[in-house]
Amino acid sequence: MPRVSLTVNGQTVAGEVEGRTLLVQFLREHLQLTGTHVGCDTSQCGCCTVHLNGIGVKSCTVLALACEGAQVTTIEGIAEADKLHPMQEAFREHHGLQCGYCTPGMIMSALDMVRRKGFDLDEKTIRHQLEGNICRCTGYHNIVLAVQAGVKAMKARG
Amino acid sequence: MYDFNYHQPKSVAEAGKLLAADNQKPLAGGMSLLPTLKLRLNRVDGVVDLAALADLQGIRREGDTLIIGATTPHAMVATSADVQQAIPALAKLAESIGDPLVRNRGTIGGSIAHADPGADYPSAVLGLGATVVTNQRQIAGDAFFTGLFETALQPGEIITAVRFPIPEKSGHAKLRQPASRFAIAGVFVSKRAHEVRVAVTGVGPHVFRLTQAEAALAKSFAPAALDGITLDAAGLNSDIHASNVYRANAAVEMTRRAVAAAS
Repeated sequence: MPRVSLTVNGQTVAGEVEGRTLLVQFLREHLQLTGTHVGCDTSQCGCCTVHLNGIGVKSCTVLALACEGAQVTTIEGIAEADKLHPMQEAFREHHGLQCGYCTPGMIMSALDMVRRKGFDLDEKTIRHQLEGNICRCTGYHNIVLAVQAGVKAMKARG
Repeated sequence: MYDFNYHQPKSVAEAGKLLAADNQKPLAGGMSLLPTLKLRLNRVDGVVDLAALADLQGIRREGDTLIIGATTPHAMVATSADVQQAIPALAKLAESIGDPLVRNRGTIGGSIAHADPGADYPSAVLGLGATVVTNQRQIAGDAFFTGLFETALQPGEIITAVRFPIPEKSGHAKLRQPASRFAIAGVFVSKRAHEVRVAVTGVGPHVFRLTQAEAALAKSFAPAALDGITLDAAGLNSDIHASNVYRANAAVEMTRRAVAAAS
Protein backbone atom coordinates (compact mmCIF):
# COMPACT_ATOMS: atom_id res chain seq x y z
CA MET A 1 0.00 0.00 0.00
CA PRO A 2 1.23 3.53 -0.65
CA ARG A 3 2.66 5.49 2.23
CA VAL A 4 1.94 9.09 3.14
CA SER A 5 3.94 11.30 5.43
CA LEU A 6 2.89 14.76 6.59
CA THR A 7 2.87 17.11 9.56
CA VAL A 8 -0.29 17.21 11.66
CA ASN A 9 -0.51 19.78 14.46
CA GLY A 10 3.27 20.12 14.39
CA GLN A 11 4.00 16.39 14.65
CA THR A 12 5.44 14.38 11.77
CA VAL A 13 3.17 11.44 11.07
CA ALA A 14 3.12 8.68 8.46
CA GLY A 15 0.96 5.76 7.52
CA GLU A 16 -0.04 3.31 4.84
CA VAL A 17 -3.20 4.30 3.04
CA GLU A 18 -5.19 3.36 -0.04
CA GLY A 19 -5.46 5.62 -3.07
CA ARG A 20 -9.03 6.38 -2.08
CA THR A 21 -8.33 7.15 1.60
CA LEU A 22 -9.62 10.60 2.46
CA LEU A 23 -7.73 13.06 4.62
CA VAL A 24 -10.53 12.95 7.20
CA GLN A 25 -10.30 9.12 7.39
CA PHE A 26 -6.55 9.34 7.86
CA LEU A 27 -6.97 11.87 10.67
CA ARG A 28 -9.76 10.00 12.45
CA GLU A 29 -8.97 6.34 11.82
CA HIS A 30 -5.16 6.29 11.54
CA LEU A 31 -4.25 9.09 13.94
CA GLN A 32 -7.32 8.84 16.21
CA LEU A 33 -7.78 12.60 15.93
CA THR A 34 -11.55 12.35 16.17
CA GLY A 35 -12.15 16.05 16.79
CA THR A 36 -12.60 16.48 13.04
CA HIS A 37 -16.09 15.21 12.27
CA VAL A 38 -17.80 13.74 9.24
CA GLY A 39 -21.27 15.16 8.73
CA CYS A 40 -22.58 14.96 5.19
CA ASP A 41 -19.55 13.37 3.47
CA THR A 42 -20.50 15.33 0.33
CA SER A 43 -18.61 18.59 0.94
CA GLN A 44 -21.74 20.51 1.95
CA CYS A 45 -21.71 20.74 5.75
CA GLY A 46 -18.16 21.76 6.73
CA CYS A 47 -17.94 19.56 9.88
CA CYS A 48 -14.67 18.17 8.54
CA THR A 49 -12.94 21.52 8.02
CA VAL A 50 -9.20 21.53 8.71
CA HIS A 51 -6.35 23.76 7.57
CA LEU A 52 -4.17 22.33 4.80
CA ASN A 53 -0.99 24.35 4.41
CA GLY A 54 -2.79 27.13 6.27
CA ILE A 55 -5.92 27.15 4.10
CA GLY A 56 -9.36 25.93 5.17
CA VAL A 57 -10.53 22.82 3.29
CA LYS A 58 -13.21 20.17 3.66
CA SER A 59 -11.13 17.13 4.57
CA CYS A 60 -13.86 14.72 3.40
CA THR A 61 -13.05 15.79 -0.15
CA VAL A 62 -9.25 15.71 -0.09
CA LEU A 63 -7.25 12.53 -0.71
CA ALA A 64 -4.77 11.61 2.03
CA LEU A 65 -2.06 10.94 -0.55
CA ALA A 66 -2.49 14.46 -1.94
CA CYS A 67 -1.26 15.72 1.45
CA GLU A 68 2.24 14.23 1.15
CA GLY A 69 4.63 16.66 2.84
CA ALA A 70 1.79 19.01 3.80
CA GLN A 71 1.13 20.85 7.07
CA VAL A 72 -2.31 20.04 8.48
CA THR A 73 -3.91 21.72 11.49
CA THR A 74 -7.00 20.22 13.12
CA ILE A 75 -9.19 21.39 15.99
CA GLU A 76 -6.86 19.49 18.34
CA GLY A 77 -3.94 21.67 17.25
CA ILE A 78 -5.10 25.22 17.94
CA ALA A 79 -5.06 25.43 21.76
CA GLU A 80 -1.83 26.19 23.59
CA ALA A 81 -1.37 23.48 26.22
CA ASP A 82 -4.38 23.90 28.58
CA LYS A 83 -5.30 27.33 27.27
CA LEU A 84 -8.05 27.33 24.68
CA HIS A 85 -7.57 29.32 21.47
CA PRO A 86 -9.49 32.64 21.72
CA MET A 87 -11.96 31.39 19.09
CA GLN A 88 -12.60 28.19 21.10
CA GLU A 89 -12.96 30.24 24.29
CA ALA A 90 -15.47 32.53 22.55
CA PHE A 91 -17.58 29.52 21.46
CA ARG A 92 -17.55 28.28 25.07
CA GLU A 93 -18.32 31.69 26.55
CA HIS A 94 -21.13 32.51 24.11
CA HIS A 95 -22.49 28.97 23.94
CA GLY A 96 -21.89 28.85 20.19
CA LEU A 97 -23.14 25.28 20.04
CA GLN A 98 -26.10 23.10 20.85
CA CYS A 99 -25.24 19.46 20.15
CA GLY A 100 -21.67 20.45 19.30
CA TYR A 101 -21.27 18.24 16.24
CA CYS A 102 -20.58 21.10 13.82
CA THR A 103 -18.43 23.05 16.30
CA PRO A 104 -14.92 21.91 15.28
CA GLY A 105 -15.72 22.76 11.66
CA MET A 106 -17.28 26.08 12.64
CA ILE A 107 -14.16 27.06 14.59
CA MET A 108 -11.71 26.00 11.88
CA SER A 109 -13.85 27.75 9.28
CA ALA A 110 -14.03 30.91 11.43
CA LEU A 111 -10.23 30.94 11.66
CA ASP A 112 -9.99 30.60 7.87
CA MET A 113 -12.40 33.53 7.60
CA VAL A 114 -10.02 35.63 9.69
CA ARG A 115 -7.16 34.60 7.39
CA ARG A 116 -9.16 35.65 4.33
CA LYS A 117 -10.96 38.73 5.61
CA GLY A 118 -8.91 40.06 8.51
CA PHE A 119 -9.96 41.02 12.03
CA ASP A 120 -12.71 43.50 11.19
CA LEU A 121 -15.70 41.28 10.55
CA ASP A 122 -19.25 42.56 10.84
CA GLU A 123 -22.21 40.30 11.49
CA LYS A 124 -23.31 40.25 7.84
CA THR A 125 -19.86 39.21 6.65
CA ILE A 126 -19.66 36.45 9.26
CA ARG A 127 -23.08 35.06 8.32
CA HIS A 128 -22.22 35.14 4.63
CA GLN A 129 -18.77 33.66 5.03
CA LEU A 130 -20.04 30.78 7.18
CA GLU A 131 -22.19 29.48 4.32
CA GLY A 132 -19.97 26.42 3.90
CA ASN A 133 -20.80 25.23 7.43
CA ILE A 134 -24.16 23.84 8.45
CA CYS A 135 -25.54 23.61 12.00
CA ARG A 136 -28.44 21.17 12.00
CA CYS A 137 -29.53 22.47 15.43
CA THR A 138 -29.81 25.87 13.67
CA GLY A 139 -27.80 27.49 16.46
CA TYR A 140 -26.48 30.17 14.16
CA HIS A 141 -27.31 33.14 16.35
CA ASN A 142 -24.82 32.24 19.07
CA ILE A 143 -22.31 30.92 16.55
CA VAL A 144 -22.22 34.35 14.93
CA LEU A 145 -21.90 36.02 18.35
CA ALA A 146 -19.06 33.64 19.21
CA VAL A 147 -17.18 34.36 15.98
CA GLN A 148 -17.58 38.10 16.56
CA ALA A 149 -16.21 37.77 20.09
CA GLY A 150 -13.47 35.35 18.99
CA VAL A 151 -12.15 37.60 16.26
CA LYS A 152 -12.20 40.56 18.65
CA ALA A 153 -10.16 38.58 21.19
CA MET A 154 -7.73 37.50 18.47
CA LYS A 155 -7.28 41.12 17.40
CA ALA A 156 -6.63 42.20 21.00
CA ARG A 157 -4.12 39.37 21.38
CA GLY A 158 -2.34 40.57 18.20
CA MET B 1 -15.73 4.91 -3.37
CA TYR B 2 -13.90 2.04 -5.06
CA ASP B 3 -10.14 2.05 -4.68
CA PHE B 4 -7.85 3.44 -7.38
CA ASN B 5 -4.18 4.18 -7.90
CA TYR B 6 -2.98 7.68 -7.06
CA HIS B 7 -0.30 9.30 -9.21
CA GLN B 8 1.50 12.57 -8.59
CA PRO B 9 3.45 13.45 -11.74
CA LYS B 10 6.32 15.94 -11.70
CA SER B 11 5.50 17.54 -15.06
CA VAL B 12 2.61 18.08 -17.47
CA ALA B 13 4.38 15.74 -19.93
CA GLU B 14 4.52 12.98 -17.32
CA ALA B 15 0.85 13.61 -16.44
CA GLY B 16 -0.05 13.23 -20.12
CA LYS B 17 1.74 9.88 -20.30
CA LEU B 18 0.01 8.59 -17.15
CA LEU B 19 -3.38 9.67 -18.50
CA ALA B 20 -2.80 7.75 -21.71
CA ALA B 21 -3.38 4.47 -19.79
CA ASP B 22 -6.90 3.04 -19.52
CA ASN B 23 -9.51 4.74 -17.34
CA GLN B 24 -7.35 7.41 -15.68
CA LYS B 25 -8.70 10.81 -14.66
CA PRO B 26 -6.88 14.05 -14.01
CA LEU B 27 -7.49 15.39 -10.49
CA ALA B 28 -7.27 19.12 -9.77
CA GLY B 29 -9.11 20.44 -6.68
CA GLY B 30 -11.30 17.35 -6.57
CA MET B 31 -14.45 19.30 -5.67
CA SER B 32 -16.41 17.57 -8.47
CA LEU B 33 -14.43 14.41 -9.23
CA LEU B 34 -14.19 13.11 -5.66
CA PRO B 35 -17.94 13.44 -4.95
CA THR B 36 -18.77 11.62 -8.20
CA LEU B 37 -16.38 8.80 -7.22
CA LYS B 38 -17.85 8.63 -3.70
CA LEU B 39 -21.37 8.45 -5.05
CA ARG B 40 -20.20 5.78 -7.54
CA LEU B 41 -21.44 7.86 -10.43
CA ASN B 42 -17.95 7.38 -11.79
CA ARG B 43 -15.27 4.74 -11.37
CA VAL B 44 -11.61 5.09 -12.27
CA ASP B 45 -8.53 2.89 -12.19
CA GLY B 46 -6.30 5.82 -11.35
CA VAL B 47 -6.22 9.54 -10.69
CA VAL B 48 -3.40 11.78 -11.87
CA ASP B 49 -3.06 14.68 -9.43
CA LEU B 50 -2.18 17.93 -11.19
CA ALA B 51 -2.27 20.09 -8.06
CA ALA B 52 1.49 20.09 -7.46
CA LEU B 53 2.37 21.25 -10.99
CA ALA B 54 3.39 24.86 -10.40
CA ASP B 55 3.22 25.90 -14.06
CA LEU B 56 -0.53 25.18 -14.14
CA GLN B 57 -1.30 27.71 -11.40
CA GLY B 58 -1.39 31.49 -11.43
CA ILE B 59 -2.90 34.55 -13.10
CA ARG B 60 -1.18 36.95 -15.48
CA ARG B 61 -2.14 39.67 -17.90
CA GLU B 62 -0.57 39.86 -21.34
CA GLY B 63 -1.78 42.96 -23.17
CA ASP B 64 -5.51 42.52 -23.79
CA THR B 65 -5.62 38.95 -22.51
CA LEU B 66 -6.00 37.57 -19.01
CA ILE B 67 -4.44 34.13 -18.65
CA ILE B 68 -5.55 31.94 -15.76
CA GLY B 69 -3.70 28.69 -15.05
CA ALA B 70 -5.86 25.55 -14.96
CA THR B 71 -5.33 24.71 -11.29
CA THR B 72 -5.84 28.26 -10.02
CA PRO B 73 -8.44 28.03 -7.23
CA HIS B 74 -11.64 30.07 -7.37
CA ALA B 75 -10.59 32.04 -4.26
CA MET B 76 -7.48 33.28 -6.07
CA VAL B 77 -9.49 34.38 -9.12
CA ALA B 78 -12.06 36.12 -6.89
CA THR B 79 -9.44 38.12 -4.98
CA SER B 80 -6.92 38.77 -7.77
CA ALA B 81 -6.35 42.50 -8.36
CA ASP B 82 -5.57 41.71 -12.03
CA VAL B 83 -8.92 39.94 -12.52
CA GLN B 84 -10.88 42.55 -10.56
CA GLN B 85 -9.39 45.32 -12.67
CA ALA B 86 -9.48 43.62 -16.10
CA ILE B 87 -12.72 41.59 -15.95
CA PRO B 88 -14.57 42.43 -12.71
CA ALA B 89 -17.52 40.19 -13.58
CA LEU B 90 -15.18 37.19 -13.72
CA ALA B 91 -13.97 37.89 -10.16
CA LYS B 92 -17.59 38.24 -9.07
CA LEU B 93 -18.51 34.95 -10.75
CA ALA B 94 -15.63 33.15 -8.99
CA GLU B 95 -16.81 34.56 -5.64
CA SER B 96 -20.29 33.10 -6.27
CA ILE B 97 -19.13 29.48 -6.65
CA GLY B 98 -19.93 27.00 -3.85
CA ASP B 99 -18.79 28.27 -0.46
CA PRO B 100 -15.49 29.73 0.83
CA LEU B 101 -13.98 26.31 1.61
CA VAL B 102 -14.88 24.95 -1.82
CA ARG B 103 -13.45 28.10 -3.42
CA ASN B 104 -10.16 27.52 -1.55
CA ARG B 105 -9.75 24.18 -3.29
CA GLY B 106 -11.82 24.05 -6.51
CA THR B 107 -10.12 25.11 -9.75
CA ILE B 108 -11.11 26.75 -13.01
CA GLY B 109 -9.65 23.95 -15.14
CA GLY B 110 -11.42 21.30 -13.11
CA SER B 111 -14.73 23.14 -13.39
CA ILE B 112 -14.66 23.47 -17.17
CA ALA B 113 -13.28 19.96 -17.76
CA HIS B 114 -16.09 18.52 -15.61
CA ALA B 115 -18.65 20.60 -17.57
CA ASP B 116 -21.46 20.35 -15.06
CA PRO B 117 -24.58 21.85 -16.68
CA GLY B 118 -25.00 24.15 -13.64
CA ALA B 119 -21.35 25.20 -13.28
CA ASP B 120 -20.45 28.89 -13.45
CA TYR B 121 -17.12 29.11 -15.27
CA PRO B 122 -18.45 27.68 -18.56
CA SER B 123 -20.60 30.82 -18.92
CA ALA B 124 -17.49 32.99 -18.64
CA VAL B 125 -15.59 30.86 -21.17
CA LEU B 126 -18.39 31.21 -23.73
CA GLY B 127 -19.50 34.69 -22.67
CA LEU B 128 -16.03 36.16 -23.09
CA GLY B 129 -15.02 34.11 -26.14
CA ALA B 130 -12.13 32.55 -24.21
CA THR B 131 -9.64 30.01 -25.53
CA VAL B 132 -8.93 26.79 -23.64
CA VAL B 133 -5.23 25.91 -23.78
CA THR B 134 -4.28 22.24 -23.38
CA ASN B 135 -1.03 20.28 -23.44
CA GLN B 136 -1.80 19.53 -27.11
CA ARG B 137 -3.61 22.49 -28.69
CA GLN B 138 -5.78 25.56 -28.26
CA ILE B 139 -9.55 25.05 -28.30
CA ALA B 140 -11.96 27.90 -29.01
CA GLY B 141 -14.41 28.29 -26.12
CA ASP B 142 -17.27 28.07 -28.63
CA ALA B 143 -16.19 24.53 -29.56
CA PHE B 144 -15.28 23.32 -26.07
CA PHE B 145 -18.58 22.32 -24.44
CA THR B 146 -20.18 19.56 -26.51
CA GLY B 147 -22.82 17.94 -24.27
CA LEU B 148 -23.97 17.08 -20.77
CA PHE B 149 -20.68 16.64 -18.85
CA GLU B 150 -18.96 16.38 -22.26
CA THR B 151 -16.21 18.51 -23.74
CA ALA B 152 -13.90 18.52 -26.76
CA LEU B 153 -11.05 17.18 -24.58
CA GLN B 154 -9.53 13.91 -25.80
CA PRO B 155 -8.14 11.16 -23.54
CA GLY B 156 -4.74 12.24 -22.21
CA GLU B 157 -5.45 15.89 -22.96
CA ILE B 158 -4.92 18.25 -20.01
CA ILE B 159 -6.14 21.83 -19.72
CA THR B 160 -3.15 24.02 -18.85
CA ALA B 161 -4.76 27.49 -18.91
CA VAL B 162 -7.71 29.56 -20.05
CA ARG B 163 -7.09 32.74 -22.07
CA PHE B 164 -9.77 35.41 -21.60
CA PRO B 165 -9.79 38.39 -23.98
CA ILE B 166 -10.47 41.53 -21.91
CA PRO B 167 -13.78 43.14 -22.97
CA GLU B 168 -14.97 46.74 -22.74
CA LYS B 169 -17.67 45.68 -20.31
CA SER B 170 -18.85 42.46 -18.72
CA GLY B 171 -21.56 41.43 -16.31
CA HIS B 172 -22.66 38.31 -14.44
CA ALA B 173 -25.95 37.43 -12.79
CA LYS B 174 -27.05 34.16 -11.31
CA LEU B 175 -30.19 32.70 -9.84
CA ARG B 176 -28.60 30.15 -7.57
CA GLN B 177 -29.95 26.98 -6.09
CA PRO B 178 -29.86 28.02 -2.42
CA ALA B 179 -28.34 24.80 -1.05
CA SER B 180 -25.79 23.82 -3.69
CA ARG B 181 -25.05 27.34 -5.05
CA PHE B 182 -25.15 25.89 -8.56
CA ALA B 183 -26.84 28.04 -11.18
CA ILE B 184 -30.53 27.48 -11.85
CA ALA B 185 -29.86 30.13 -14.45
CA GLY B 186 -26.54 31.95 -14.72
CA VAL B 187 -25.68 34.48 -17.40
CA PHE B 188 -22.40 36.07 -18.39
CA VAL B 189 -22.49 38.99 -20.85
CA SER B 190 -19.63 40.86 -22.47
CA LYS B 191 -19.38 43.76 -24.85
CA ARG B 192 -16.52 44.66 -27.11
CA ALA B 193 -16.29 46.86 -30.22
CA HIS B 194 -17.36 44.20 -32.71
CA GLU B 195 -19.55 41.88 -30.67
CA VAL B 196 -21.79 41.25 -27.70
CA ARG B 197 -21.84 37.80 -26.14
CA VAL B 198 -24.48 36.30 -23.86
CA ALA B 199 -23.79 32.85 -22.39
CA VAL B 200 -26.28 30.92 -20.29
CA THR B 201 -25.49 28.11 -17.84
CA GLY B 202 -27.77 25.90 -15.73
CA VAL B 203 -30.55 26.08 -18.28
CA GLY B 204 -29.58 23.56 -20.99
CA PRO B 205 -27.57 20.31 -21.10
CA HIS B 206 -24.50 22.52 -21.48
CA VAL B 207 -23.73 26.22 -21.63
CA PHE B 208 -25.05 28.00 -24.74
CA ARG B 209 -25.21 31.46 -26.30
CA LEU B 210 -28.46 33.40 -26.36
CA THR B 211 -28.17 34.70 -29.92
CA GLN B 212 -31.41 36.73 -30.07
CA ALA B 213 -30.32 38.62 -26.96
CA GLU B 214 -26.85 39.18 -28.44
CA ALA B 215 -28.37 40.70 -31.59
CA ALA B 216 -30.64 43.00 -29.57
CA LEU B 217 -27.84 44.08 -27.23
CA ALA B 218 -25.48 44.75 -30.15
CA LYS B 219 -27.92 47.52 -31.21
CA SER B 220 -28.39 48.87 -27.69
CA PHE B 221 -26.46 47.52 -24.72
CA ALA B 222 -29.21 48.18 -22.16
CA PRO B 223 -31.67 45.99 -20.22
CA ALA B 224 -34.62 47.48 -22.14
CA ALA B 225 -33.21 46.09 -25.39
CA LEU B 226 -34.24 42.65 -24.12
CA ASP B 227 -37.95 43.47 -23.92
CA GLY B 228 -39.91 40.92 -25.94
CA ILE B 229 -37.02 38.41 -26.09
CA THR B 230 -38.09 34.91 -25.09
CA LEU B 231 -36.38 31.56 -24.97
CA ASP B 232 -38.10 28.38 -26.18
CA ALA B 233 -38.35 26.05 -23.17
CA ALA B 234 -38.39 22.82 -25.20
CA GLY B 235 -35.45 20.60 -24.32
CA LEU B 236 -34.25 22.77 -21.44
CA ASN B 237 -33.37 21.40 -17.99
CA SER B 238 -36.21 20.59 -15.65
CA ASP B 239 -35.86 19.26 -12.09
CA ILE B 240 -37.33 19.58 -8.60
CA HIS B 241 -35.81 23.04 -8.22
CA ALA B 242 -37.09 24.64 -11.42
CA SER B 243 -39.06 23.63 -14.50
CA ASN B 244 -37.79 24.23 -18.04
CA VAL B 245 -40.33 27.04 -18.50
CA TYR B 246 -39.14 28.71 -15.28
CA ARG B 247 -35.52 28.38 -16.39
CA ALA B 248 -36.27 29.84 -19.84
CA ASN B 249 -37.77 32.92 -18.17
CA ALA B 250 -34.98 33.09 -15.60
CA ALA B 251 -32.34 33.04 -18.36
CA VAL B 252 -33.79 36.17 -19.94
CA GLU B 253 -34.20 37.89 -16.57
CA MET B 254 -30.63 37.05 -15.56
CA THR B 255 -29.46 38.45 -18.92
CA ARG B 256 -31.26 41.69 -18.07
CA ARG B 257 -29.59 41.81 -14.66
CA ALA B 258 -26.16 40.94 -16.04
CA VAL B 259 -26.43 43.80 -18.53
CA ALA B 260 -27.58 46.17 -15.79
CA ALA B 261 -24.63 45.10 -13.61
CA ALA B 262 -22.05 45.25 -16.44
CA SER B 263 -18.99 47.40 -15.88
